[in-house]
Amino acid sequence: MLLVLVEDESGTVTSGSREALTLARGLAADLGLPVHAAAFGERSELAATLSAYGVSTLHLLEGTFTDDYSPECWGAALGELIQHAGATGVVAAASDWGNEVLAHASARTGEAFASNCVTVHAGERWSLTRVRGGGMLLEDAELTGAVKFVSLATGSVEPAELPVPQQIATQSFLPEQVGDLAHSTIVDRTTRGSGVSLSTARVIVSGGRGVGSAEGFESLEELATLLGGAVGCSRVATNSGWRPHSDQVGLTGTKIAADLYIACGISGATQHWVGCMGAKTILAINTDPEAPLVTRADYAVIGDVHQILPAILERARARKQEVQGAA
Amino acid sequence: MKVLVCIKRVPAPGAKIQITEDGLDIDTRHLGFTIGPHEECAVEEAVRLVAEHGGHATVLTAGPPEAEEQLRYGMSMGANAGVLTEHTAHDPQATATALTETIRTLESEDGNFDLILFGNESADAGNYQVGIRVACALERPIVGGIKGIELASEGAHVALQRESADGIEVYQAPLPAIAAVKEGLNLPRYPSIQGRLRAKKAPLRTMQPETAPGGLRTVQLRQPPEKQHETVVLGYGADAADSVVDLLTEKGMV
Ligand SMILES: Cc1cc2nc3c(=O)[nH]c(=O)nc-3n(C[C@H](O)[C@H](O)[C@H](O)COP(=O)(O)OP(=O)(O)OC[C@H]3O[C@@H](n4cnc5c(N)ncnc54)[C@H](O)[C@@H]3O)c2cc1C
Repeated sequence: MLLVLVEDESGTVTSGSREALTLARGLAADLGLPVHAAAFGERSELAATLSAYGVSTLHLLEGTFTDDYSPECWGAALGELIQHAGATGVVAAASDWGNEVLAHASARTGEAFASNCVTVHAGERWSLTRVRGGGMLLEDAELTGAVKFVSLATGSVEPAELPVPQQIATQSFLPEQVGDLAHSTIVDRTTRGSGVSLSTARVIVSGGRGVGSAEGFESLEELATLLGGAVGCSRVATNSGWRPHSDQVGLTGTKIAADLYIACGISGATQHWVGCMGAKTILAINTDPEAPLVTRADYAVIGDVHQILPAILERARARKQEVQGAA
Repeated sequence: MKVLVCIKRVPAPGAKIQITEDGLDIDTRHLGFTIGPHEECAVEEAVRLVAEHGGHATVLTAGPPEAEEQLRYGMSMGANAGVLTEHTAHDPQATATALTETIRTLESEDGNFDLILFGNESADAGNYQVGIRVACALERPIVGGIKGIELASEGAHVALQRESADGIEVYQAPLPAIAAVKEGLNLPRYPSIQGRLRAKKAPLRTMQPETAPGGLRTVQLRQPPEKQHETVVLGYGADAADSVVDLLTEKGMV
């Protein structure tokens, strides 16, 4: 049996998990095995969606430990289920949560785990391709062991429902060993304040070393406000103390998916590129026409950001007034 | 307060990463080496915690002999001791075993580390599991993605803060505990000249634990395919502003 660890957002199976379910169905067909799913707590409402993705059994991990998230207990509980139910492969979306729980469960069962895979082929050994460094390199690898653990990078598989849903049974599983674990407990949770967040902004005006100072970001702020977007930055800007880390785009910052990314004085080192390559359109403003971001961008303006931004702001304000005047 | 930080030697960044001819490794002939940003923050945090609560900080790496350079960098930032576990395998299970064995030896001699810090994932392989494997082997709590660490005054617990999709979560873990930290936890210091001189002369300990290979084996590394495309140059200097605003208008943004 192949087991899919299911992640949900307020009762709805996430798109990452739908991808994982679709991948698992293909692998299971090749291996001639059924697909099962696992979720934490009373989650019977997921059964309808899971049956549409070909799951024949939904295992609900239950017990007081599910009242609040603890990575150690949840990972250990999943490990117990895997052994109890005899899974030969475990698949989850490569979200922070999916990677964390699979890493715990694979460690507890002593099996190997390949995170952030983009393709997986099952067999005696599983051959797979995973992304390293957030997409800087691809790694072809082989996975062996009695149970194979993989997490799937988002966007790798097109989620597909079955024309006719699979019959699905729901079973409770009460793990026995989570009680004595040394573990962490959630003690506080604060929800994010309002404002445009980098990961959801439609437009991002981002600055790097070329902006030169914290004050230099004022014109980026102004343009972002005018366009109803957010300000981002490169690691040089955060490390220089010009911007908070929460503004950083890239491998160790946020990965963005804006419609438009305006990169001001950013060279486009690979570690930055993997954070902004998800933007639909990229406009680079840079003095160096050979900068990697300039050569990879859709549009570029060559020159000093300190002269170009004020000019853009002036025209954009004027354009906005024209449009409002006309309306 | 005894803090241990596990760091990894990784190729320093460049615009493009080259691969060796056999496809098995990153071509480092024209690259320098560094420790990952997450781990640099971990070293910084260890040094700050020791400055505040007393005790000492140790940096540990599982890597080739050349990883001495990264240990000395950690010590130049203020860590008191360095330990090199000689280990050249790339697979995360073997690396975790090498680190676990070393930590067991160090702790059997000198008592437990109250806190062990890892980077959330390594800057090169990004396997997201070495810290967790070590924590499971040592039967200690571990939380990942940490961007804030606070020790309770009575010293029995640590509060670990991380960002989630909806906001900020705070976890409490009994000591001894482990945290996998993320960049943004702090702003790492640049080592001082005195720090560098001290680190250059500090004794280093070397260990050679036995490890068995794990179940994840790299077959080859590849460059992701580059999208072929032309960049449209909208203009040069302030004169390009009109074209930019036209583009913004076209996109419905002004
Ligand atoms: C493991 C790891 C993770 C990393 N993670 C990230 C990450 O998440 N995000 C990130 O951004 N970086 C990250 N980095 C760092 C990354 O490798 C680069 O060092 C960084 O992105 C460079 O920032 P920059 O483009 O602002 O600076 P530089 O590379 O110095 O580029 C500055 C650019 O500005 C241009 N310029 C200079 N003056 C002007 C001017 N007046 N007007 C217009 N243009 C001008 C220059 O031509 C140049 O292209 C990471 C590095 C490592 C090792």
